[in-house]
Amino acid sequence: MRGASHAKWAAGAVAVALAATACGGGDDSGGGGGGGGGDGVVRSSWGDPQNPLEPANTNEVQGGKVMDMIFRGLKRYDPKTGKAEDMLAEKFATKDSTTFTVTVKDGWTFSNGEKVTAKSFVDAWNYGASLKNNQKNAYFFGYIEGYEKVHPESGKQSADTLSGLKATGPRTFTVKLNQKFSTWPETLGYAAFAPLPQAFFKNHAAWVKKPVGNGPYTVRSYRKGSQMSLRKWAKYPGSDKARNDGVDLKVYTDNNTAYTDLTAGNLDLVDDVPAAQLRNVRADLGDRYLNTPAGIIQTLAFPFYDKDWPDDAKGAKLRKGLSMAINRKQITETIFQKTRTPATDWTSPVLGEDGGYKPGLCGDACDYKPAEARKLVKEGGGLPGGQVKIGYNADTGSHKDWVDAVCNSINKALGQSKACVGNPTGTFADFRNKTSQQKMDGPFRAGWQMDYPLIQNFLQPLYYTNASSNDGKWSNKEFDKLVNEANAESDAAAAVKKFQQAEEVVRDNMAAIPLWYQNGSAGYSDRVSDVALNPFSVPVYNEIKVG
Amino acid sequence: MSEHGPAGGVPEDSAMAPTGMGGAMDLAAEEGASLEKRPGPDGTGPEAKPRSLWSDAWRDLRRNPVFLISALIILFLVVISLWPSLIASRDPLDCDLANAQKGSAPGHPFGFDGQGCDVYTRTVYGARASVTVGVCATLGVALLGSVLGGLAGFFGGFWDAILSRVTDIFFAIPVVLGGLVLLSVVTSSTVWPVIGFIVLLGWPQISRIARGAVITAKQNDYVQAARALGASNSRMLLRHITPNAVAPVIVVATIALGTYIALEATLSYLGVGLKPPTVSWGIDISSASQIIRTAPHALLWPAGALAITVLAFIMLGDAVRDALDPKLR
Amino acid sequence: MGRYVIRRLLQMIPVFIGATLLIFLMVNVMGDPIAGLCGDRQCDPATAAQLRKEFGLDKPVWQQYLTYMGNVFTGDLGTAFNGQQVTELMADSWPITARLTLIAILIELVVGITLGVVTGLRRGRPVDTGVLLATLVVISIPTFVTGLLLQLLLGVKWGWIKPAVSTDAEFSELLVPGLVLASLSLAYVTRLTRTSIAENRRADYIRTAIAKGVPRRRVVVRHLLRNSLIPVVTFIGTDIGALMGGAIVTERIFNIHGVGYQLYQGILRQNTQTVVGFVTVLVLVFLVANLLVDLLYAVLDPRIRYV
Repeated sequence: MRGASHAKWAAGAVAVALAATACGGGDDSGGGGGGGGGDGVVRSSWGDPQNPLEPANTNEVQGGKVMDMIFRGLKRYDPKTGKAEDMLAEKFATKDSTTFTVTVKDGWTFSNGEKVTAKSFVDAWNYGASLKNNQKNAYFFGYIEGYEKVHPESGKQSADTLSGLKATGPRTFTVKLNQKFSTWPETLGYAAFAPLPQAFFKNHAAWVKKPVGNGPYTVRSYRKGSQMSLRKWAKYPGSDKARNDGVDLKVYTDNNTAYTDLTAGNLDLVDDVPAAQLRNVRADLGDRYLNTPAGIIQTLAFPFYDKDWPDDAKGAKLRKGLSMAINRKQITETIFQKTRTPATDWTSPVLGEDGGYKPGLCGDACDYKPAEARKLVKEGGGLPGGQVKIGYNADTGSHKDWVDAVCNSINKALGQSKACVGNPTGTFADFRNKTSQQKMDGPFRAGWQMDYPLIQNFLQPLYYTNASSNDGKWSNKEFDKLVNEANAESDAAAAVKKFQQAEEVVRDNMAAIPLWYQNGSAGYSDRVSDVALNPFSVPVYNEIKVG
Repeated sequence: MSEHGPAGGVPEDSAMAPTGMGGAMDLAAEEGASLEKRPGPDGTGPEAKPRSLWSDAWRDLRRNPVFLISALIILFLVVISLWPSLIASRDPLDCDLANAQKGSAPGHPFGFDGQGCDVYTRTVYGARASVTVGVCATLGVALLGSVLGGLAGFFGGFWDAILSRVTDIFFAIPVVLGGLVLLSVVTSSTVWPVIGFIVLLGWPQISRIARGAVITAKQNDYVQAARALGASNSRMLLRHITPNAVAPVIVVATIALGTYIALEATLSYLGVGLKPPTVSWGIDISSASQIIRTAPHALLWPAGALAITVLAFIMLGDAVRDALDPKLR
Repeated sequence: MGRYVIRRLLQMIPVFIGATLLIFLMVNVMGDPIAGLCGDRQCDPATAAQLRKEFGLDKPVWQQYLTYMGNVFTGDLGTAFNGQQVTELMADSWPITARLTLIAILIELVVGITLGVVTGLRRGRPVDTGVLLATLVVISIPTFVTGLLLQLLLGVKWGWIKPAVSTDAEFSELLVPGLVLASLSLAYVTRLTRTSIAENRRADYIRTAIAKGVPRRRVVVRHLLRNSLIPVVTFIGTDIGALMGGAIVTERIFNIHGVGYQLYQGILRQNTQTVVGFVTVLVLVFLVANLLVDLLYAVLDPRIRYV
């Protein structure tokens, strides 16, 4: 009948298309054809940065790529280990873990020839912290004394510069913190702490159009919304010189399209392989595919402000029961094709065990045990209203797939086909509004991408009473106390231990259900080699070789 | 200009002698009209009982095999929408990720989708939401659109200007924006908000089509003749204009039916459509599209069901249109 | 005629004001967009307040609207959240979309009307059935899939086209995307033409023309087609705006930085100024398109007159 011939047509078309992509990877005759640029230039996919490209205003990966290429700060996180290494810093000196004297290395300049001095840092940080500049990463400077004056929670700022920040010489400056923070220098690898040249302040509009920094690349041209061409800065004084002639970042409307362009040989690097293509990656790219851990953990948070989800012993049982009803292994293998790893604690493997990552800390509660799950949910008083709704935003990140899978898993474990349903919100902004204004009525997705590779960053902002990203409004005196103690600890190993004790409090109350650790994934053409992703899932561009 | 079109069809001339365009039609219509106007023994029709255009159409339809086939398919769709368990014994929400994307297996003739749900069961169960959305939204759009557009086209002038400009504004509302604004506040988990939304954003198109068709139809000689004979507005609209303006509306509506079923999926994709765990073809088609390269069978069946539904309604539309067109008799 | 056109142009003023107000309110209803700018964390309240002030979001809606309209008349359409001028975004995306739409409309006209005439004249024959089946495929397979398959076949396997359109988006690059974009409308145009042709071919004037010995081709083109085009023209008039503003899927698949894509982004990021700016231009497109359609009625059917 008609349906049948229709089916045949579709099947035929699909078969041809499948065959098409199976051999797609081999064709890379393009060379530099696609994006202009020369032979030694890497053509990489990009997304339009959400915010203007300023170091203290860049809080997502797309802008982060550029920052990583055109800036070097006092510290740099080793692309492989994630450890904070001195970059422009010659030394940090402190006696009390509160006041630090920083010495900047000699011989560094911005690509416009201006010397990088202590003033370059002090001015940049003052700019970043100042409320009137609208920098979204201003909170990074919150540990520096005087922050509340330049960035009050409400009202007008009463100072333009941080009182705790003073240039004491051409290459030295002092930083006074408002609390003890022994590992504070380790946080300085983040782009927000980059130095800025005077051109940034004198002609800001021009600078934003074509940023100038001190990193291994310079911006040759920038057409907003479509392409940025970066070229190797030949006189770059650092040791991590670019090993290619440059990078062309091309904005794609969709990462699927970027991936297709990669298989067609028009692109060299796609640093976010779309979930829908993960099953094809081996066929399309062979070994030219990366899947490496990144400092991102996905959890389910709970609305502790809602009377249905109380923070008591019963509630903890219910949450633990739900956690045990989620078949993490199956979901990470099937939906995510192993680009996620089942979580067994609340941090991330990129910290390393010395840094505080402790696999298995979650124990049984993170294993799939349907029978026990049923029992615990029952003991916990059953599902409020007979149904859990998992909140997520529909517009970014294809969350629907895994939320549906989690729900199916819970339904199967509990033996009811409607025990769990997804509860999408249209836009990310709306979702954020709902979570931050405490309007959620069930568990909701919570993703955390680390700012710096410290265990502190995975716990304090998320679970400390009233912390900035504690969207579930969980509050626990014991946890707060342990975190305070950990921060005051001057010995790094002892601090990590204290943090882990705090993490155990999170576990015992199941303040959030850990789902999985997210990996960075990338595919690349056979024109390039030595491709790697750093722990922030940003490609390490300067190490890529072409040809 | 004079060599084309209804040769020399200046309304005033032909008003007296309805021999212009579509002669047979005119005669039949006028006959019916005069019969109703002056019921009585002087009926000139071959049958004693006066036949209206509409009853003629119905008689034609019943004998049309195209109509019968399409009616049969639609009946089948209605039955499985009401009682899906008649032909599917599984639970459409019973999904095992271990089976994700697998091909057909014993007891699962159509294979599994990306979540490991049985494609056959979901296709059967998806009919209810999809057919309801498609049919109700299309009916709503067609009614609202053709009434408003028809009136605008018929009366012209001031009311046309107002109605047409309102359509222009409605046209400009992006579906994504409208959906996010209007549907995100809805908590009902039924299909009605989605249908209401589609009607709200869909009517302008039909309205424009209907308006254009009415503007053309009212130029026809027999309409002018009826007007000259003193027929009332409502009479002219119903008897003379509607049958001649309905064809393009039917064509657009039957195709739109399919697109509305797909639009429902777009809305669900935005998180504002049918609320989970509702099963629909639209949702399944859109999620199967993502895995088209590895599991095309997951797309094939819900899309095939959609195609057959649209086919049935296109055939139905064709049959109805033919029945209303006396020139084809 | 002249007075009619002037009257129609004057009607654009209330529509313009009404549409901008409506869209302005709609985007506003979506809530506070600032929360979406800080990633998966809460914006610090002071910065959020400051940003709100900068974008004028702290004022009452009517005041925001008046300020916006005031700025519009000085040529300032506001700024997107990433710091880009809306006028700049428009200058980048409108020409691309105009080209894409032009291609799609041409395809609809040429292919759609040809298929419509052929199937209308040969109702029930194999060619009619074949086109009907193709129509069903187009309706039931999402654009996303047809686009993707074409991209994989033509772009990756055979290398006839580049899978992704470059920034310049020249005509030749937009042919395949234009075809994908046009495919659904093609179904409408084909079936509308088919029905009109089938309806009109039995009309007296056609019989007369044939009886007079007018060559068949001439009958079809000059008499039959011309009188059958009104519904088709009406449809295309309503379609232009939809193609321009609603090409979200096509534009995403083929990497076209056009109006549909920008509008979609603007809506998801709840950026009032981007959305209102783009939609306003879309309204104008609709108004002009519909005016042209109404004028075309009179050309296609001289009995229709405007005063």
